[in-house]
Amino acid sequence: MSDLKRTSLYENHIKLNAKMVEFTGYVMPIQYEGIKAEHEAVRTHAGIFDVSHMGEIMVEGKMATEFVQYIFTNDITNQVENQVLYGLMCYENGTVVDDLLVYKYNNEKYLLVVNASNKDKDFEWLNKNNSHNVKITDISDISEVAVQGPKAQELVQKLTDYDLSQIPFFHFTEITVDGKECIVSRTGYTGEDGFEIYSYDIVSIWEKLIDLGVKPIGLGARDTLRFEATLPLYGNEISNQINPIEASLGIFVKLDVDFIGRDALKKIKENRKLKSAGIELIDRGIPRHGYSVLNKDGDVIGEVTTGYMLDRAIALAMIPVEYKLGDEVFIQVRNKQLKAKIVSRKFMNKNYKK
Amino acid sequence: MKVLDGLFYSNDHEWVKVEGNIASVGITDFAQEQLGEIVFVELPAIDDEFGVDEAIGAIESVKAASDVLTPISGKIVEVNEDLDDAPESVNSDPYGAWIFKIELSDKSELESLMDAAAYKEFIK
Repeated sequence: MSDLKRTSLYENHIKLNAKMVEFTGYVMPIQYEGIKAEHEAVRTHAGIFDVSHMGEIMVEGKMATEFVQYIFTNDITNQVENQVLYGLMCYENGTVVDDLLVYKYNNEKYLLVVNASNKDKDFEWLNKNNSHNVKITDISDISEVAVQGPKAQELVQKLTDYDLSQIPFFHFTEITVDGKECIVSRTGYTGEDGFEIYSYDIVSIWEKLIDLGVKPIGLGARDTLRFEATLPLYGNEISNQINPIEASLGIFVKLDVDFIGRDALKKIKENRKLKSAGIELIDRGIPRHGYSVLNKDGDVIGEVTTGYMLDRAIALAMIPVEYKLGDEVFIQVRNKQLKAKIVSRKFMNKNYKK
Repeated sequence: MKVLDGLFYSNDHEWVKVEGNIASVGITDFAQEQLGEIVFVELPAIDDEFGVDEAIGAIESVKAASDVLTPISGKIVEVNEDLDDAPESVNSDPYGAWIFKIELSDKSELESLMDAAAYKEFIK
């Protein structure tokens, strides 16, 4: 793993006995204590994630607002300064370049936070479509941690004089945390309250939060947490083969504003074939990414996009829109066809502070 | 990493304990450590017959599913149903948590397996 990139927190992970793995060109912690214990810590207390591998791209210029709208599926018309919006970048055919957060500083300055695995592709895509003469700067060398869980605010508050309760859900501000300049947003990828903190000087913040009892959380639990909260992952629920309408992310696609892919997505919406559904296994087993979903006759009708054994064996799957809650389907698990049923995608109630 | 004397070991990190004509099979301490937290064990059916290195079932951690191969051929005579409710015992007690018992069809197959000393070398 010597030719892999390290985040500024690499030595901290080693000190905490993390199991390290290659992830999208970085050596990253997959787990510390164990995925189940880490998952539980975020649901009941607070956890901290090193997500410094994420991509951050600054967009600046007179036409920055017009440009961001041109590449973004959500409607930024009413986005206020210091507000964050989630949405997607799409190709002309409506499939997904990436999903991202858009941080608005003002009408001439935006920060885009994109997936680690896509950041080079995204940077190229933005430059290729830069018809608005904006300045596009990759600032991905900035570090990022996410602090998530019911105790997140109380514990991060110990490191700053700024009253964190002043940051509403999906808003951000620039403040000092532990004396370091940071961007702090009330956002995350777990279904819990919490913050994402960006800084060029993150190590002492990590160390102090760990000393305050915040649990370090690896990529393993990051995935089970986001899955349980029904938050999509690029490469699973969305991809360059899957469009956001059929992935059931339509609320983040505003077809009355113009952006790349809109016309294709309008047509897809009129003649929609697929949706993302929840599936729970009735027979014993675990539905996993890529497994086929079958009907009673054994015909393949869809595919699992993510699945886990949490307190029950559940999955998200792309299936035809006509399937309804309670319908019986089967999952091909190795050589067996296991009985399952369609359930709500809402696997848990999110604990956001809105 | 714990390796018990008196057992046979396969390249796929299964251990085999022979008592008469019956062998109990489980996965090694090394294997459970590699897999991480085990959340499900898919057991074979009693009386099913398998050849060497055929998949008899699977062990699933939070992250991934791995086939369980039988390093010896024969007929399944017993499965460890305790693992249905407590799959995590494969992590906590890998040499106690046997997965299946198989009636040996050809005892000479054991000769191709490793002993404890050889397996210790193998996982170094």
